[in-house]
Amino acid sequence: MQSAQADKSEQKLLDEPRCGARIIIDCLQEQGVDVIFGYPGGAVLPLYDEIFKQNEIRHVLVRHEQAAVHAAEGYARSTGRVGVVLVTSGPGATNAVTGLTDALMDSIPVVCLTGQVPSYMIGNDAFQEADTTGITRPCSKHNYLVDQVDQLSEKMHEAFDVARNGRPGPVVIDLPKDVQMAETRVYKTKDQVKRRSFQVVTQPAVEGIEAAIAALSTAKRPIIYAGGGVINSGPQAAMALRQFADMTGMPVTQTLMALGAFPASHKSFLGMLGMHGTYEANLAMYNCDVMLNIGARFDDRITGKLDEFSPNSIKIHCDIDPSSINKSVMVDIPVIGDAGEILNALIAAWKSGGHALDAGAQKKWWAQIDAWRSRDCLAFNQDSGDAEIRPQHAIARLNAAVKGKDVYISTEVGQHQMWAAQYLEFEEPNRWLTSGGLGTMGYGLPAAVGAQVAHPDSLCIDVAGEASILMNIQELSTVMQYRLPVKVFILNNQWMGMVRQWQELLHGERYSESYTDSLPDFVKLAEAFGGKGIRVTKESELDQAIADMIAYDGPVVVDCCVVRNENCFPMIPSGKPHYDMILNDEDKRAKPIEGSGRNMV
Amino acid sequence: MTTEQRTFAVLVDNEPGVLARVVGLFAGRGYNISSLTVTEVDHAQGLSRITLETSGTPVVLEHVKNLLYRLVPVHSVADLTSYGPAVRREMALIKVCGVDKQRVESLRIADIFKAEVVDAGMEHFIFQISGEPEEIDRFVELMRQLGMVDISRTGVAAISRGAEVALK
Ligand SMILES: Cc1ncc(C[n+]2csc(CCOP(=O)(O)OP(=O)(O)O)c2C)c(N)n1
Ligand SMILES: [Mg+2]
Repeated sequence: MQSAQADKSEQKLLDEPRCGARIIIDCLQEQGVDVIFGYPGGAVLPLYDEIFKQNEIRHVLVRHEQAAVHAAEGYARSTGRVGVVLVTSGPGATNAVTGLTDALMDSIPVVCLTGQVPSYMIGNDAFQEADTTGITRPCSKHNYLVDQVDQLSEKMHEAFDVARNGRPGPVVIDLPKDVQMAETRVYKTKDQVKRRSFQVVTQPAVEGIEAAIAALSTAKRPIIYAGGGVINSGPQAAMALRQFADMTGMPVTQTLMALGAFPASHKSFLGMLGMHGTYEANLAMYNCDVMLNIGARFDDRITGKLDEFSPNSIKIHCDIDPSSINKSVMVDIPVIGDAGEILNALIAAWKSGGHALDAGAQKKWWAQIDAWRSRDCLAFNQDSGDAEIRPQHAIARLNAAVKGKDVYISTEVGQHQMWAAQYLEFEEPNRWLTSGGLGTMGYGLPAAVGAQVAHPDSLCIDVAGEASILMNIQELSTVMQYRLPVKVFILNNQWMGMVRQWQELLHGERYSESYTDSLPDFVKLAEAFGGKGIRVTKESELDQAIADMIAYDGPVVVDCCVVRNENCFPMIPSGKPHYDMILNDEDKRAKPIEGSGRNMV
Repeated sequence: MTTEQRTFAVLVDNEPGVLARVVGLFAGRGYNISSLTVTEVDHAQGLSRITLETSGTPVVLEHVKNLLYRLVPVHSVADLTSYGPAVRREMALIKVCGVDKQRVESLRIADIFKAEVVDAGMEHFIFQISGEPEEIDRFVELMRQLGMVDISRTGVAAISRGAEVALK
């Protein structure tokens, strides 16, 4: 109805009619898809039949549809390409919902094909029928129910276009079985499909760039706050970010989603900001006079208490999604466009204007930042020998062991995720795969599967918690089937550590249901699946265990038993301003958290 | 912050699910729609125009507008209120039952409001009235006292004043 009507006349018909399932495969091939993560069922059997008949597209059989979506996300984040999922109707589709929501929250491009009961049975409570487009409407960027085989190629190509362009996200295509089996001679190529209503602005407006440069060039205490948009824009955006930071000398902080966009080793890097961000990053945000937000969205984990968020700064917000502007924080200079294009425009304008920051003011600002840095907020004390391993130390040693290696690291959700964010140093984009917006336990292992499938020769590690890993542990079977040498590095504190920490800080140390009794023996578990298991309990054995894990040519689960009651600091409790950080356990006792923050999440 | 009432016009592809997307966006966030009209306005291009009225703080309303624009089948969104008072019209059908004096009185008031009688019997009238929604409110209030038993309203159709086109 809507798009590509004009070129209907030019459209050629196929010589021989093809069934819908075949058309779908043709579209995937035309889109350059090389792998699908999926799980079969009655409503997608025609599609599986077509998969069987060809060799161009690989199918990776997961063990749960949620994992299929996370694997596609891991594939997408680590390659910058669209991840593809195939699941059956009903329970297949509902199982995918968590993954779709995760991809929506973190702006990850995914196309999810769902089988559906035959179109003439829709609405009859048919076997394995679910209202998939209804269920996924709020958790997808867009979705389709294709009820005519003639429209299939157009919708398929459109779905890829929507998933990939603008703010990326998951797109669902619901495919009734009869449509997969019906034949057609209509095939539109991707160049023949363009949706009129979906117009994305990638080039920033000149006025926005000029206003931004005017503010930035006269800044005394500037800061660049980079988000996942820089990663989504592509590696050239990360290069541009670095170039802009270098030419201006501005300090850079990053969100959880952006880690790797700016090199961790760079002298201008202040570390991650937000709830578990560094002292220097959060105080620099609080005290800055001009803030350049590039591709971040002022998430509540970042801002803390809204009315005390960076109270005295001019805020520049660069985002491809106009609906992100003024959503939570009112900004002074909005710039709509692609992060990379905006950075290029800023670089060009800075150069052509011959701008330089005020040297005296810069010296003062950096002296202040260095003073904050000298608090060394991530310092911890690790005893050696037979001493118990502190989780921070485990991550720091892992970091040392993978330094310079071709490595992709995913995480589950909890304290271990935050320690990974704090102590792992990423020098490049697309290397860090974590569930930020939704905070989905069970994300890390399937995401590592997706990354490993995309990068068979790279080292792919899931930094896990013992609770989270049990949420998609069945994927060890996928790992075995495809001989993926994925490593699972469990920080086993026997607690849902992050829950325990909140209960300690906010609920009077009443540890309600946050201890996991009856944990499995992770070493035997790994062996049961056919992989290698390693347990490590003492500091003296840690480095060897990590080295063995990396050296082993196959999947490994490391059960790294760590100090059980460790808290993750620094921490800005929910609803607190940036200057109100708890730095360590002594600090915690000095700053009890009273009432209001408990309402927040 | 004070809440304000806004009239949004949204041009969308007339395709299955598009209204659910628009309405879901409001429902999922706890915002209320006070009036909603939808009809295809361009048959050749398959475009529908949704007119909806909602209220909220200016920040929330700006956000709603941006969220509407984020939906894939949406071509354009206009806040008609920002173009000065828009021309807003609504139509209503009102069934009034009664005898004797009530009947005469309802006819007299309908006359004042320029409502038309579209159906009549010994014990009822059906009036058709169109105008600004607030005027219809006033008419309905009077009819309620004169035996109104049923009412159907179309919701607001609106367009910006002047030569400028708000919805591009
Ligand atoms: C699917 C899901 N359910 C519940 C939560 C809430 N939650 C956040 S962290 C956490 C505990 C995670 O425990 P573990 O994996 O052992 O990690 P740790 O914090 O101990 O490092 C829970 C239950 C969540 N994030 N995701
Ligand atoms: Mg744990």
